[in-house]
Amino acid sequence: MRVAEQDRTHGAAQELSGFLRRRREQIAQRWADTPLFRTVFTVSRDEAVDAGKAVVDALAEVAAGGRLEDITAPGFGAVRDQLGRTAAARARTGSTPAQIADEVADLRVSAAELLRAEYSDPAAREAHEAALTLAVLMGTLRLVVMETALNAGAELIERQRQQLMEVATPVIQLWEGIVAVPLIGTLDSARSQVVMESLLEAIVDQRAAYAILDITGVPTVDSLVAQHLMKTVAAARLMGAECIVSGIRPAIAQTIVHLGIDLGSVVTRAGLADALAYALARQGIVVPAAPGTIPS
Amino acid sequence: MAEEPRPPASISLPIDTDADLARIRQQVRQAATDLGFGLVQQTKLITAASELARNTLVHGGGGVVEITRLHEGHRTGLRLCFVDHGPGIRDVDLAMTDGYTSGGGLGLGLSGSKRLVHEFALDTEPGRGTTVTVVAWASGVPAPRSGAGSFRPGAG
Repeated sequence: MRVAEQDRTHGAAQELSGFLRRRREQIAQRWADTPLFRTVFTVSRDEAVDAGKAVVDALAEVAAGGRLEDITAPGFGAVRDQLGRTAAARARTGSTPAQIADEVADLRVSAAELLRAEYSDPAAREAHEAALTLAVLMGTLRLVVMETALNAGAELIERQRQQLMEVATPVIQLWEGIVAVPLIGTLDSARSQVVMESLLEAIVDQRAAYAILDITGVPTVDSLVAQHLMKTVAAARLMGAECIVSGIRPAIAQTIVHLGIDLGSVVTRAGLADALAYALARQGIVVPAAPGTIPS
Repeated sequence: MAEEPRPPASISLPIDTDADLARIRQQVRQAATDLGFGLVQQTKLITAASELARNTLVHGGGGVVEITRLHEGHRTGLRLCFVDHGPGIRDVDLAMTDGYTSGGGLGLGLSGSKRLVHEFALDTEPGRGTTVTVVAWASGVPAPRSGAGSFRPGAG
């Protein structure tokens, strides 16, 4: 009995696969006019039809494989990228995930109409079964689209997080033996760890005797940020480099004093230029005060 | 604290992760800017908020902060109320001492924050949790010196 049931389901899936392959052109033509395809593939209608055909082919392959409810079915692999881009494009125009899901669900309607036309008696059991099989398959397609879109979002966030980590901590060589790190944004524990590592590496690579930590771009200096700064300064000192913390704005200076942070052991300067002048002077390099002035 | 009939815009934010701290700083900065805080006063309040929110996260095991805009006569201010249901503070005097820490920090969170705001109230009980309420005013009212009268549990 159970075997018979499975056979029948399998048969229905095969039949659906055959239908999808036969009616590929018509289905794709109808889908090309749905909002999902029309608003994404805007270059030409042919482009939308081609995209539709690719999806129909994928569905036919999945149906032929008999794994109607499996969103990891290999048949979806070919269109996963395309579906992801489609969903992303819809999301960019302001569609919510629910709306996109609805638009994918709407694709079933036009395919179902064509499917019904295949049967002389729409009330027949075969027709019902075919419609049911199509509904299951389209439901799976909907999940595939959603899953692809969600994964793309998660990937994007992870990529941006990584980018932020790297972008935020460039070590710049200002002069021979002088490196600088312009710190930008929130200096949490993870970020300051990256800063410390890249700064210490740069001290070794550039054989730097002076390292300038510029905090102009750090909006808030609380006790944790101050502690991270002091640890970085101490680590650099162990490696034989002197650290200068620059970019201390008046508001930050007052806040540090009220908070009670003792930066007495750290050389600080108001601006990056002052810090550079200090480091140069310590190396015995004299820079003229103004352009055109000849050092005596 | 009498408030004008104008509804005090009050928002509540969770303190559960490091990312929440950044969001709180942004919200406090926005509110302080709207209320006309000067740059120095703004920076002080944001820094205090950062310290207290981190205390709530690290020592209180997470909680919430309520940010309330105050309108009292001609002056405007901002009240921040940090609430956690953590272990509480056993020795308040010790916790308020500069340099005392139980968490590996600099030990300036509570004592330092108090110096950065105009009003500071600490309500805590071992086993029940801790509520820290601070108020900063946009006008140039000088911050009260440490000690006298600024320590009012339950105020605000």
